[in-house]
Amino acid sequence: MELAHELHNRLEQKPILLMTHLVLGYPSLEDNRLVIEQMAANGVDCIELQIPFSEPIADGPVILKANQDSLETGITVEQCFTFAREMADRFPQVCFLFMTYYNIVYAQGEETFLGRTREIGLWGTIIPDLPPEEGQSYLQLSRELGLAAITFFTPTSTSARMEEVAGQGNGFVYCVARKGVTGKQTELDSSIEAYLKRCKGATALPLAVGFGISSRADIDRLTGMAEMAVIGTATIKLVDEQGPGAVGPFIAGLLAGSCQPAAE
Amino acid sequence: MSKDYSRYPHQYPDATGHFGEFGGSYIPPELQVEMDKITKAYLTISKTQRFIEELRSIRTHYQGRPTPVFHADRLSELVGGAQIYLKREDLNHTGAHKLNHCMGEGLLAKFMGKKKLIAETGAGQHGVALATAAAYFGLECEIHMGEVDIEKEAPNVIRMKLLGATVVPVSFGLKTLKEAVDSAFQAYLKDPVNSIYCIGSVVGPHPFPMMVRDFQAVVGIESREQFLEMTGELPDVVCACVGGGSNAMGIFSAFLNDPVRLVGVEPGGRSLNLGDHAATAAFGKPGLIHGFKCYLLQDEQGEPAPVYSIASGLDYPGVGPEHSQLKDEERVSYGIADDRETLDAFYQLSRIEGIIPALESAHAVAHATKLAKEMEHGSILVNLSGRGDKDLEFVTETYGFNMEEAEQKLSL
Repeated sequence: MELAHELHNRLEQKPILLMTHLVLGYPSLEDNRLVIEQMAANGVDCIELQIPFSEPIADGPVILKANQDSLETGITVEQCFTFAREMADRFPQVCFLFMTYYNIVYAQGEETFLGRTREIGLWGTIIPDLPPEEGQSYLQLSRELGLAAITFFTPTSTSARMEEVAGQGNGFVYCVARKGVTGKQTELDSSIEAYLKRCKGATALPLAVGFGISSRADIDRLTGMAEMAVIGTATIKLVDEQGPGAVGPFIAGLLAGSCQPAAE
Repeated sequence: MSKDYSRYPHQYPDATGHFGEFGGSYIPPELQVEMDKITKAYLTISKTQRFIEELRSIRTHYQGRPTPVFHADRLSELVGGAQIYLKREDLNHTGAHKLNHCMGEGLLAKFMGKKKLIAETGAGQHGVALATAAAYFGLECEIHMGEVDIEKEAPNVIRMKLLGATVVPVSFGLKTLKEAVDSAFQAYLKDPVNSIYCIGSVVGPHPFPMMVRDFQAVVGIESREQFLEMTGELPDVVCACVGGGSNAMGIFSAFLNDPVRLVGVEPGGRSLNLGDHAATAAFGKPGLIHGFKCYLLQDEQGEPAPVYSIASGLDYPGVGPEHSQLKDEERVSYGIADDRETLDAFYQLSRIEGIIPALESAHAVAHATKLAKEMEHGSILVNLSGRGDKDLEFVTETYGFNMEEAEQKLSL
């Protein structure tokens, strides 16, 4: 099934979906496994598996460091694929996506990378440094393979640009909620409502809102305005400070009360 | 010559910043919005008479341009073969070519109403030049620099601080130029409205490779005229060191449409094993780093490789997109000078001509002497992109005061 369909189906059961993120190999694949188990057990819908790259230009200091620490352990792209296959097999209730930077895809060749991504049971890819202008063959291949190719909206995108971008991707649209790189600032920008309204007007695809969401209040605020909340650096920080065991209760707390079927 | 350069540089890059398959803009959308603004501002403002006149005046009265072209008579005689000429960018204010694009970028920032200049630096040359531009224009300045380079290039760190810049040490990864770029990008993304990122070379997303080249073109324009006036003809070879490739693009740009052989010189470092050099055009394969496509030293997984050069300003795993295209078109050839040859040239030029070159520029001199020997006659114009003051302590403490001492250290 195509990811957008899957997400729409899930939205019949709950008012907002949740996507989490982790950097593969940080602090270790073993810890990643423990974290994913808890995410899956607590009803996370999508998980971004970030294949580390040493120059993650869309990421803030927390994820940058996680990328570099992971690389220092000597992790390979092959290990990431093997691990992702294992996760996809074990947790079919979760839609896993690869997130990485374009050179990782380019080095392997788009066809190989995307073909294998499909083959191991992932739902799509998120490549933040590949704009549609440079990614025509990637978008085309993703479509052919039935993989989601995630595109981005930002508060500074014009509505015309939003329509143009969304028309080229599929799965969902990643709406950058705040200025700048991930993991900065703690309050949702007050103009988010108007922004998400603009996003909604530009596409029928589900909207995932990311970059900085870390509390239950953030998620409540998004419910009704977007289809999926994205938790990025919050879980990485949690694992850093309290170990992988803290992720389960954190996710449960985020979703408590928001998992009831939509009132219809 | 395969390609038409008759209207160069207007032909390249195309409107979206591509030099053939290279260049472009591989960046997150938030950053793209800012790059689009810079591109638009650059393409309009830099063509106005006001901007051109102010920059020309700065070039003359502040930078001390034109810098001379000097016939290295004694070096040429010692080496034998072709005559070696030096474009004396070491005499440009602040001691290197970097100020050429920093004054341009600073002036653009002023016209755009920006408050702060942000950049990375390797050897510190770009940092000093940008701090100078910031002081001149009354702007704030924040320079990101790897801790390894801070240690190695102490005099430049002092200069930047005296000029009023904030130097931000970068302590992750190899703590050199590549990490400094990451750190500077992050800082820029925090406040792209009031600040402007001034990349240090002809690298990064569009419009930087174009803009930096255009501001550096003054080197080529001057030296072509000067060489013609001095000798009545064009040089047979133009030679310049290449890290990111800004000084090389600057001088090459004026000769692309001439029957002149253009040679870029990359650092061969300690050996030609991956990790021991930064000879990107020679050994890289196409890839992406810092928002653009270029030849890239990388492992089979696509991870940029660690690089090394005796010259901090050259240890970058990528190379300018235009260099990447010029290599593919075979319009420019890329040679290599290793640490030993570079040191030899460093000591030799100091003794023979009384010019202490930057270690970066010494790579170009080293390769030029090799070329001169191969050529029975003719002429080579070398871009002596910077002076060696910044390297004195490092070179003398690590390698001593002459090649005999250095050979002993190198063989350890």
